Amino acid sequence: MEKKIKKVDLIFGKVDYLDILDKSFQRTRDEIILDVIDSGLRGRGGAGFPTGLKWKFAKNEEADQKYVICNADEGEPGTFKDREILTEAPEKVLAGMALCGYCIGATEGYIYLRMEYNFLLPQLNQQIDAFNKQMKERNFEFTIYIRSGSGAYVCGEETALMESMEGRRGEPRNKPPFPTSQGYLGKPTSVNNVETLVFALMIAKEGPTKFKEMGTFDSRGSKVFSVSGDTPTPGIYELELGMTLEQFVEEFGDGDTKAVQVGGASGFCVARKDFKDTLIGFEGIPTGGSMMIFNSSRSMYNILHDYLEFMEEESCGQCTPCRVGCQQLLKGIEAVKKGIKQPPYLEDLQKLSDTMRIASKCGLGQSVPNPFNSIINNFREEIIY
Amino acid sequence: MSKYKVNLKINNISVSVDEGTSILDAARTLNFTIPTLCHHEDLCVAGNCRVCVVEQKGNRLLPAACATPVSEGMEIMTNSLKVRQARKHVVELLLSEHNADCTKCFKNGSCELQDMSNDYRIGDHVFLDLVKDREKIKDISSPSIEKDDSKCIRCQRCVRTCTDLQAVSALAVTHKGNHMKVSTFLDKPMNDVVCTNCGQCINRCPTAALTERNYIDEVFDAIYDPKKFVVVQTAPATRVAIGEEFGMEPGSRVTGKMVAALRRLGVDKVLDTDFTADLTIMEEGTELLTRLKEALVEGKEVALPMLTSCSPGWIKFQEHLYPEFLDNLSTCKSPQQMFGPLAKTYYAEKVNKNPAEMIVVSIMPCTAKKFEAERPEMRGSGYKDVDYVLTTRELGMMIHQAGIDFEKLEDERYDSILGESTGAAVIFGATGGVMEAALRTAYEIVTGREVPFTNLNIKPVRGMEGVKEASVKIKDVKPEWSFLEGVELNVAIAHGLANAKIVMDKIKDGSANYHFIEVMACPSGCIGGGGQPIPTSMEIRKRRAAGIYEEDEALVIRKSHENPEVQEIYQSFLHEPLGHRSHDLLHTHYAPRKRH
Ligand SMILES: Cc1cc2nc3c(=O)[nH]c(=O)nc-3n(C[C@H](O)[C@H](O)[C@H](O)COP(=O)(O)O)c2cc1C
Ligand code: SF4
Ligand code: SF4
Ligand code: SF4
Ligand code: SF4
Ligand code: FES
Repeated sequence: MEKKIKKVDLIFGKVDYLDILDKSFQRTRDEIILDVIDSGLRGRGGAGFPTGLKWKFAKNEEADQKYVICNADEGEPGTFKDREILTEAPEKVLAGMALCGYCIGATEGYIYLRMEYNFLLPQLNQQIDAFNKQMKERNFEFTIYIRSGSGAYVCGEETALMESMEGRRGEPRNKPPFPTSQGYLGKPTSVNNVETLVFALMIAKEGPTKFKEMGTFDSRGSKVFSVSGDTPTPGIYELELGMTLEQFVEEFGDGDTKAVQVGGASGFCVARKDFKDTLIGFEGIPTGGSMMIFNSSRSMYNILHDYLEFMEEESCGQCTPCRVGCQQLLKGIEAVKKGIKQPPYLEDLQKLSDTMRIASKCGLGQSVPNPFNSIINNFREEIIY
Repeated sequence: MSKYKVNLKINNISVSVDEGTSILDAARTLNFTIPTLCHHEDLCVAGNCRVCVVEQKGNRLLPAACATPVSEGMEIMTNSLKVRQARKHVVELLLSEHNADCTKCFKNGSCELQDMSNDYRIGDHVFLDLVKDREKIKDISSPSIEKDDSKCIRCQRCVRTCTDLQAVSALAVTHKGNHMKVSTFLDKPMNDVVCTNCGQCINRCPTAALTERNYIDEVFDAIYDPKKFVVVQTAPATRVAIGEEFGMEPGSRVTGKMVAALRRLGVDKVLDTDFTADLTIMEEGTELLTRLKEALVEGKEVALPMLTSCSPGWIKFQEHLYPEFLDNLSTCKSPQQMFGPLAKTYYAEKVNKNPAEMIVVSIMPCTAKKFEAERPEMRGSGYKDVDYVLTTRELGMMIHQAGIDFEKLEDERYDSILGESTGAAVIFGATGGVMEAALRTAYEIVTGREVPFTNLNIKPVRGMEGVKEASVKIKDVKPEWSFLEGVELNVAIAHGLANAKIVMDKIKDGSANYHFIEVMACPSGCIGGGGQPIPTSMEIRKRRAAGIYEEDEALVIRKSHENPEVQEIYQSFLHEPLGHRSHDLLHTHYAPRKRH
């Protein structure tokens, strides 16, 4: 083992957020955006789009109104890091939103909070009120509001989220147009994950270099992980990016790890034989934070079955590949298990999942093949017998 | 949209199209058809069925051609192996949750899903059968619309139609994932929700999930019942559309063939709703002038503007959503429902038939008229005034079933009486037509002169604009109408209920000062009715409208008050517009309904 996993403390540590903002407001928007681009920060909500670029696109749009949205819908199975951040460092999230608002030219920000996290509302509302007042005192026109989610996983998808905020059914929109040109209420909008916003604030504080020096070429900086499953040490950890799964399992496994599901139900399953060669990050297997560790007592059939049940239920249902595809995959593995369909039927299903990946309307349907193909490829016998 | 040109390649052929054009439309310019299901020209883009996916060089995803605008340098393949595989999968998936009993299905032979599976020869598809609703009994609660969820492919065309074109929102998407479906408020039966029965959703449903309640067998039973005297009335808009059921061009004028076909089906008399359309003008025109007089001369509180009442979808819309304006509605029944009671009284007497044994069948471009015929208000004759209402499509089906070669039929004429029509009546079929017919007559009654428009064609009230407005200055009136001297008569015309809503909201907030408003529930008026041949599009409706206006110009008599049969019925039976008999047979009132 070359190096031990490095724990980092950018997200949770206390900072003088008002001081960071005051200093940032002295700089030009372009300077800050350039720093964020330079830092290599990519979105922490799953898709990994370069945050600085997103802000630049939104900034370059001409519009009478723009919005910042903080995506706190956190519905991915096995993820609970945004809840922790909102509990432990809410003021940094709010300051990150204000920073984004300053950069793109938005005067309103919205937190879209997962319905299950409504217990955070009283506390968050207080903090938001105080923060809004602090912005007013600085003559910085930026007001934050909070919206409670609808309880659907798909509403974490940024365009479904905006549909939901606009009072409609949470169905993802066609892209293009992208939110940075036509987002909430048709106005340019930057949707950012909770964690992303805090990193952006820290980059504004410390400059891009420190962040850039951590991690790998494609995956700079650190990341907050939610570790769960068969581990003696479940919980939230901020770790430097660039580790392999082997290093990760060394640190968090229970000595009997047979597979890790990286990125939740929409992520990939990696089997023990591949731990060594698998990097956690955009050049390897990306994750929004969810790391589920499975030991040899687990049935991979049951795990896949659970994921597919989740997707079948949480698909918004509008597009054919996802709505019907999820049902076919789920019923399909049941049929193979029961012997109603022969094992080669799994190949038909894998072809179908390939279609779902390229023909579904949004990221939900497009990522169902991740767990499906990775689990079938690694644990075919467990699915059949 | 700006007119910047975008250059791209489709199937290796270069093409240059306007910025903002979809890949789908760009491919059309090169004569490549990309299959579609959720896409409909009249509706906003959905991009949900995914049969239109294409391959784009450099894109790992297959974009939906209907929902993706072209971009500079794009290279698109519409039939690559990847595309074929994805498209086949999509159709297979749709069929796997579809109750595909085509041979027993009402849409057999006219179904877009069937066409698609035909094209791709999806034989014994590999996936599991997921049909959940097969056992569910379909919703036949409405006299107009049948809803069969086991045939629904969830393309949401109906929802977009009902919400965006009709502003009714009787249908909505509910639930998610595998339970996602198109549903009514609280999943109530169709006859118990705000549905106006306009049938616009049927016209745009690609499958048999939404169809009209059909009464073909009932009508054949009546025809072959020797005791029954079957009288048919045909609505204006049917005669420029039914040809489409036999492969003819939209707008083909086939009035004479339609009459001949009906005779061959064995009905006893073929009469014309046009006759009661002319009568409507007499009654409604008089009603308008009376209301104006009461307002201007007698200073009475009268409900103005007056709203037309020919469109039963519009009436139900108002009952649900604008009940406070029901007094503004003309008390005239629709032409169909004027015809019924006259057939069973005046006409029965003339031809010496027992009204109890008379069956009145309407051929309508409309599904709402099926509901209308069932209304308790519609028993002026003492019997059910109109027994059965068939859509243009159902008549087409009957003609097919009877083996009649429609295109080859020689023209025949309507029977007399109640078969005479004028150009004014024919144009009832297009948006603005009722207004134009009313103006032709009212202006002449008041001034003694023809309307001041070339060749009687009142162009400002024609055309497909959603809300049309016009003003007619009334000058040099006859002495008895002196109170109208110099009055500027303001009229408005709305077609499609979303446009009706725009006009009603203007009246509500006091920002409009109209005297008379024509509303038709269906986009483009009856020619775009919910019972008309499928498919429909703006282009098709424009051609049907052109057919209507040609028919008008081809007729010798083009003003309702000059219809000799209308003059006769006032002499011998009704005596005067708004008279006693009219009141009993031709007028009614409607009552508010709940919103849900
Ligand atoms: C089905 C689905 C669910 C998602 N849920 C979340 C979520 O809970 N939180 C989140 O930040 N992003 C979620 N995303 C990603 C968002 O669409 C979006 O990319 C992200 O919020 C952008 O922020 P970032 O660039 O900071 O990651 C989801 C995407 C999909 C397709
Ligand atoms: S992929 Fe799934 S969640 Fe996304 S739009 Fe399609 S049905 Fe909805
Ligand atoms: S709706 Fe179309 S595909 Fe379905 S059964 Fe009817 S004809 Fe066949
Ligand atoms: S008939 Fe008209 S009102 Fe009724 S559901 Fe269909 S579109 Fe809506
Ligand atoms: S009822 Fe028809 S139009 Fe509506 S979603 Fe189903 S298939 Fe589409
Ligand atoms: S026709 Fe394009 S997605 Fe349905």
